[in-house]
Amino acid sequence: MNIVVLVKQVPDTWSERTLRPSDNTLDRDAADGVANELDEYAIEEGLRLAEAHGGEVTIVSMGPDKAAEVIRKALSMGADKAVHVSDEALRGSDGLVTSAVLAAVLARTGFDLVILGSESTDARMGTMAAMLAERLGVPQMSFASKVETDGSKITIHRQADYGYDTVEGTLPAVVSVVEKINEPRYPSFKGIMAAKKKPVETLTLADIGFDPGQAGLAASATEVVSFAKRPPRAAGTVVTDEGDGGIKAAEFLAARKFI
Amino acid sequence: MAEILVLAEHDGGTVKKVTLELLTLARAHGEPSVVWTGEGAEGAKARLAEFGAAKVYVADSPDYADYVVAPKAELLATLVAEKAPAAVLVAATSEGREVAGRLAVKTGSGVLTDVTGISEGLVGEQSIFGGAITVQSKVRTGTPIIAVRPNAVSPEPAPGAAAIEAVSTEISDAAKTARLTGRVVAERGERPELTEASIVVSGGRGLGSGEHFALIEQLADSLGAAVGASRAATDAGWYPHQFQVGQTGKTVSPQLYMAIGISGAIQHRAGMQTSKTIMVVNKDPEAPIFELADFGVVGDLFKVVPQLIEEIGKRSEG
Ligand SMILES: Cc1cc2nc3c(=O)[nH]c(=O)nc-3n(C[C@H](O)[C@H](O)[C@H](O)COP(=O)(O)OP(=O)(O)OC[C@H]3O[C@@H](n4cnc5c(N)ncnc54)[C@H](O)[C@@H]3O)c2cc1C
Ligand SMILES: Nc1ncnc2c1ncn2[C@@H]1O[C@H](COP(=O)(O)O)[C@@H](O)[C@H]1O
Repeated sequence: MNIVVLVKQVPDTWSERTLRPSDNTLDRDAADGVANELDEYAIEEGLRLAEAHGGEVTIVSMGPDKAAEVIRKALSMGADKAVHVSDEALRGSDGLVTSAVLAAVLARTGFDLVILGSESTDARMGTMAAMLAERLGVPQMSFASKVETDGSKITIHRQADYGYDTVEGTLPAVVSVVEKINEPRYPSFKGIMAAKKKPVETLTLADIGFDPGQAGLAASATEVVSFAKRPPRAAGTVVTDEGDGGIKAAEFLAARKFI
Repeated sequence: MAEILVLAEHDGGTVKKVTLELLTLARAHGEPSVVWTGEGAEGAKARLAEFGAAKVYVADSPDYADYVVAPKAELLATLVAEKAPAAVLVAATSEGREVAGRLAVKTGSGVLTDVTGISEGLVGEQSIFGGAITVQSKVRTGTPIIAVRPNAVSPEPAPGAAAIEAVSTEISDAAKTARLTGRVVAERGERPELTEASIVVSGGRGLGSGEHFALIEQLADSLGAAVGASRAATDAGWYPHQFQVGQTGKTVSPQLYMAIGISGAIQHRAGMQTSKTIMVVNKDPEAPIFELADFGVVGDLFKVVPQLIEEIGKRSEG
């Protein structure tokens, strides 16, 4: 099976994340870059499916040169090879543009399964699987907490507020995963060493035949007009329980008309 | 006035609260027309009229519920082409966001997700990086598609005609590739849905065990609230994963959020920081969650919560 896993580098939640005042885009230099957490679950699922059914796992990442770090991590977990799309013209691309570029790369790599995270921690759009399924004209198997395939049919558990739905389709398909699906492996020492020799193809937009004029901030369909640090919440009341903490809490709820 | 399409979410014909919130928001920027899929529109008409729907476009076919997302996006794309609305509003639920994504591709339009408010000129307010930064964004290409976070506004009534208009229910084969074949509904009693609830009571590692979540459920039920959990609690298997609140779980923005035995790690805060009122019970006065608290009790949750439940009971009797 030809499995492609999409991995995005995002600023670490623990570091100070901010936007660039000059154009209101993400300041990628201000923060440490890590692989989007859910993408590690996507990689793990790709590896497990390749182990069960045979085939190769290709990592695809679109992002600046720095994104090579997360590609290495994915390779050290066990993926076979990678494609890194890196082009100055991509800076500031919104979700719609990103999905067009990723679809163009996927047309080039071909795929039986595209696996991605259901949401990234920076953009939190949660729309990439839907956009890609729409662009590629293949089944949308999103929010999967479980994936089963025999190489031609695919069934997932689509996680929902009320529990889950069983969804069926045929390959090729786009699958997005939620955290419940598996427990990602840690790269082994052997894996880390092996990753150094694995092929990483670095491509520009011209290489994939994508018009740079259709990419980046200028071509994006959305724009951030302004941003501001959220004002700190006004300090609240904190009481220490002296046998009446529950009563005081109830008084607060009553005063705010919750009871 | 410009027409604004509002995709209705409903549960077997019962309009969800978030749809009334969307109508309330839409009215400030144009004339809302509801887009209704499946049956039950006649029964819901009065409710939609009460909240200012001018029209209700009804695509009455069970197929909309049998295939994942794509048929709804297709229907909206057809209506966008026919009606040229000023904007399309959907709820920022998992499904709503995905409908928005597909519609954006189909119509070449920009999409704003997880919007918490809409101001003049259809500028959307979003809260990013775990609530640390508020941004104002707008769509500059195509028809603005805006996915609004549940509880962004309180639904306010205003009369509308809610004139029902049947529309074509033809769904292309291309939109029928992901078929829903079964549904497993987890037990959650009569509790409201986590992302939509006005009140959410969440428990964390401080509960110490899955059995003790009964206490959180009791407190939730005394307030008509939904139950949430920290990742420490869901990872430990104390509470089902779909109730996790935070960066890798659900984002909630209720009128009242209660964090019980939760320390307030940044990844947890990312999912609840925009709640209107926050109450905390934690035995550690240094727990970072107190920084967000409108009201906090430093104390043992096994003492404070039962007393609170008892007190709520007394007050609701009285
Ligand atoms: C990439 C990533 C993503 C993550 N995503 C999420 C996410 O989506 N959601 C999430 O919640 N976390 C997430 N986390 C985990 C997060 O960092 C914290 O580990 C987690 O939120 C801690 O849960 P907790 O507050 O319940 O537990 P703890 O941090 O252990 O806090 C328990 C609290 O309970 C209090 N307590 C204990 N006993 C009592 C008692 N008897 N009475 C009163 N108080 C008591 C303690 O004082 C303590 O403050 C993520 C982490 C990472 C690295
Ligand atoms: N630039 C990118 N390169 C590779 N994968 C991406 C990129 N952007 C988004 N993705 C994938 O899409 C998922 C959802 O991202 P988002 O829509 O940004 O929340 C991520 O978890 C990634 O798997």
